[in-house]
Amino acid sequence: MTGHAATAPALAIGGRRQRRTGSLVAWVILLAGIVYFIVPLIATFAFSLRPTPMTLAYTNVLADPKFSGSLLYSFTVAIITIFASLAIIVPTAFWVRLKVPHLRTAVEFVTLMPFIIPAVILVFGIIRVYSAKPFVFTRTEFGSDALLVAAYVVLSFPYMYRAVDTGLASIDVRSLTEAAQSLGAGWPRIIVRVILPNLRTALLSGAFLTFAIVIGEYTIASFLARNNQFGVYLSLLGQNKAFEPAAVSLISFGLTWLAMIVIALIGRGGRDRIQITAAH
Amino acid sequence: MTALSTRVRRRPTFSWVGVVPFFLFAFAALALPLGFLIIGSFQDTDGNLTLQNFADLSTGTIPTAFRNSIEISLVTAVGGGFFGFLLAWAVIMGGLPSWIRSAVMTFSGVASNFAGVPLALAFVFTLGNLGLITTFLLETFGLSLRKDLGFTIYSKLGIEIVYFYFQFPLMILIIAPALDGLRREWREASENLGASAFQYWRHVALPILMPSILGTMILLFGNSFGAQATAFQLTGGTIEIATIAIGRQIRGDVLHNPGLGYAMAMGMVVVMSIVITAYTWLQRRSERWLRS
Repeated sequence: MTGHAATAPALAIGGRRQRRTGSLVAWVILLAGIVYFIVPLIATFAFSLRPTPMTLAYTNVLADPKFSGSLLYSFTVAIITIFASLAIIVPTAFWVRLKVPHLRTAVEFVTLMPFIIPAVILVFGIIRVYSAKPFVFTRTEFGSDALLVAAYVVLSFPYMYRAVDTGLASIDVRSLTEAAQSLGAGWPRIIVRVILPNLRTALLSGAFLTFAIVIGEYTIASFLARNNQFGVYLSLLGQNKAFEPAAVSLISFGLTWLAMIVIALIGRGGRDRIQITAAH
Repeated sequence: MTALSTRVRRRPTFSWVGVVPFFLFAFAALALPLGFLIIGSFQDTDGNLTLQNFADLSTGTIPTAFRNSIEISLVTAVGGGFFGFLLAWAVIMGGLPSWIRSAVMTFSGVASNFAGVPLALAFVFTLGNLGLITTFLLETFGLSLRKDLGFTIYSKLGIEIVYFYFQFPLMILIIAPALDGLRREWREASENLGASAFQYWRHVALPILMPSILGTMILLFGNSFGAQATAFQLTGGTIEIATIAIGRQIRGDVLHNPGLGYAMAMGMVVVMSIVITAYTWLQRRSERWLRS
């Protein structure tokens, strides 16, 4: 201890000098990063304020029934996707953990497929299979909507499965299940009343991540001719209008922010959660 | 514990029933569409078995499309990986205030998800023909990006600049835990042995981080390789990349051979499979050191 104390000041001085130059470099890198990330946002904001009066782009957008219509459509699709994904993933992850652990690799592999199959390939296959007999889905609006949701459920699998599985890992599934069983609960009741409430955090972060993916998605929706989808609406707006697309782009960025902040708030206290999506 | 597992094992024949809905859905929404593409890629226009489609991948603009896709993905993976790593290092180990770290991490979560149409538009408003920087340079310095520097955002370089917007943050998000996993003792040990900061990074930290860095770069490659919306919105399809070529084939049989379109799709799936396999392998290697 005393030996350390004698050398400590010398080390500290050297260390501090290193730290200071190190931190100068760090500031420069950070500043360069901030410039790259902020300038496009500022440019978009400036662009959206160019008409006279300044708020015209925003008032035009808000008065456009297509804008609210597309938001409503995408919100609805997102919510249906989230519930469909949960309905498939929660029982599966639960069952894999409890009863069929040897199927874990197979289930995990399937949930990771969206990383191997780009969205454009997925929608390619879906359109070819479900536009011909015997499954003609693409002829009707409802059929196309259903295909859209199905594709989004597939896209949500990696995040949803990981979120739910991590959530299940943090609770004692087996004991909870057996306790519920010994009190006379059946499987549906166990999942809805015992497992789900314990997974609240995991489910919410999975849900909001899915929300963030679905809201801005363009590729799949455009090939399925879902012109009401927010991303497709924005793209069409970009071809027809000058300043309104800037306003809507910022709103879209704001929505992504909102989803991420909610996830950050939900996951507070844990380590940095990784939110990675692949819907570009 | 043993009593429990024997009790669970008593009815083994029905235990798989719980995962049936999952696999049924996966079959309908994943296996069937993918299977259709696979089978179609081995059929000629009359439905006979053939390998010609794969041979024909070397015809027309298909090689250009794949070359461009691979080039863009390589540039944005290596560049995004490098600068993303520097940014992650700056906020985690650069001695900056800790609130900057959490702000950057949250922003990275947003930016890595902020892609597609709005991202492409944001860069058009910045560097496009009427963009903020474009008009600023023109009005202040009389400098035209297009005429004087030969630069336009509606190009391959433009696509790369835009892709960095989601590649940097993705790198930051994935590499941050690895940087956190570097133990203080390793640095202290090398300092006690007289190593300089450079030597510490060259001989200790970087070798440990290398599998993570390479693995993440591979993931970035795949991330960019499969991207369609951003590039399409930006260039309107004037730059030939694989996803855009496939998109054209979806809308109408522009290759005049459906099988060739399916073979293209297969080509992309093969590239993505290689990418993911390499990533998984490297990830396993990096976990050896960074398990905490």
